[in-house]
Amino acid sequence: MTDSAIIETVELTKIYGDRKAVDGLNFSVPQGSICGVLGRNGAGKTTTLKVLLGMARPTSGTARVFGLDAANNEASVEIRRRCSFVSEEKDLYDTMTVGEIVRFAAGVYPRWRTDLEQRYQTAFALQPLASIKQLSRGARTRLALLLALCSGAELLLLDEPTSGLDPAANEEVLQLLVAHAAREGATIVLSSHHLVDIEQIADRIAILDHGRAVVQGALDDIRERYCRVQLVFDGPAPEAALHTPGIVGVKRDGRVMRVLSSAGSERLVAEARALNPIAVDVTPVTLKEIFLETVAVEI
Amino acid sequence: MLIKPNPSSGVPIYLQLMEQVKHAIETGALRPGEQLPGIRPLAEELVINVNTVAKAYRELEHEGVVELRHGAGAFVSARAHGTKAADKFRTARPVAAAAIAKLRAQGLTDEEIRRLFEAELAAHARVGGQGD
Repeated sequence: MTDSAIIETVELTKIYGDRKAVDGLNFSVPQGSICGVLGRNGAGKTTTLKVLLGMARPTSGTARVFGLDAANNEASVEIRRRCSFVSEEKDLYDTMTVGEIVRFAAGVYPRWRTDLEQRYQTAFALQPLASIKQLSRGARTRLALLLALCSGAELLLLDEPTSGLDPAANEEVLQLLVAHAAREGATIVLSSHHLVDIEQIADRIAILDHGRAVVQGALDDIRERYCRVQLVFDGPAPEAALHTPGIVGVKRDGRVMRVLSSAGSERLVAEARALNPIAVDVTPVTLKEIFLETVAVEI
Repeated sequence: MLIKPNPSSGVPIYLQLMEQVKHAIETGALRPGEQLPGIRPLAEELVINVNTVAKAYRELEHEGVVELRHGAGAFVSARAHGTKAADKFRTARPVAAAAIAKLRAQGLTDEEIRRLFEAELAAHARVGGQGD
């Protein structure tokens, strides 16, 4: 697939009991990218991250990080040495102070970046003597990110890094991630329900649904390919099927037919003209619309 | 000089950036030979992906709008202003203005005109091609 894939899974499957958390997932992330992983709760995002980190064993298929097999114990140690993971819960030792946990982490990570630690500790306004237990949600997130960014990791895996943050704190975190990727060349994979954040900072996305990637690739390509064509007819919208490849969905409502295409509008509009619509509109679609159209609706 | 792109407009961010740079050149906010912001500082300022900025600059270079000088940064190309492209726009503008005026006179709103143009462009893209 990609020439310099940092992450690559092939037909990755993880079954818990009778539930397929990940179901034949093919997913790759090139080096230096910020990749947004989207999906409903239970789509397989967290399980995939856990498999990549060796915290869960694949039932079948393979997961490689830095070209190393995540299911192999020795390789997995190497992977974890070069990656940093921030869980949605921002697990931290609550009995420590900010200063203590920073010193502790600095001792654990051989490639700890003292320069970044000083910069971020000031930028994040984290008081070394503050007790972790008493930190606000935003401060707790900033501390967890500080530890991840200063660890010297080449790959950051962030599970919902902005959940529960106010808009200003949210923007700060995005700024930080963009700057870190730009300056340090780190690869960042983040799962999020904030589609607008992903649209803003990611250059790649993967939309997971029922353990599979239903949409995946460079965000710019996806944005250029996906569009909505609205056709208005003189009478009821015809029931005739459209055969242009790449049609994701068709909705008919009275005289109006709306078609979501994943392959641009040109061929679709050409085909639709033959149905003699009185008006044809082509509009770009947002990531939110793509997301809602491609993930299955639960009953 | 460049403003934050709108991530939810559906238009790729690198295209929005390219348009902003071209517009800045057209209006004279950026002049030939002048330097554009660095890729990294711009990414940080606009809080967008550094690869997205790099892509916009590469495409602008490809179109001859900017020159990427190794190690020195991006500069507005000497040919970018008063060139054939600018002349082309200058002569095309009254044509577009006349069409818009006519459509408005027929009672179409600006939003309707915009969608009409987009649909017509999409319909004719395969036949007409992308020009030079």
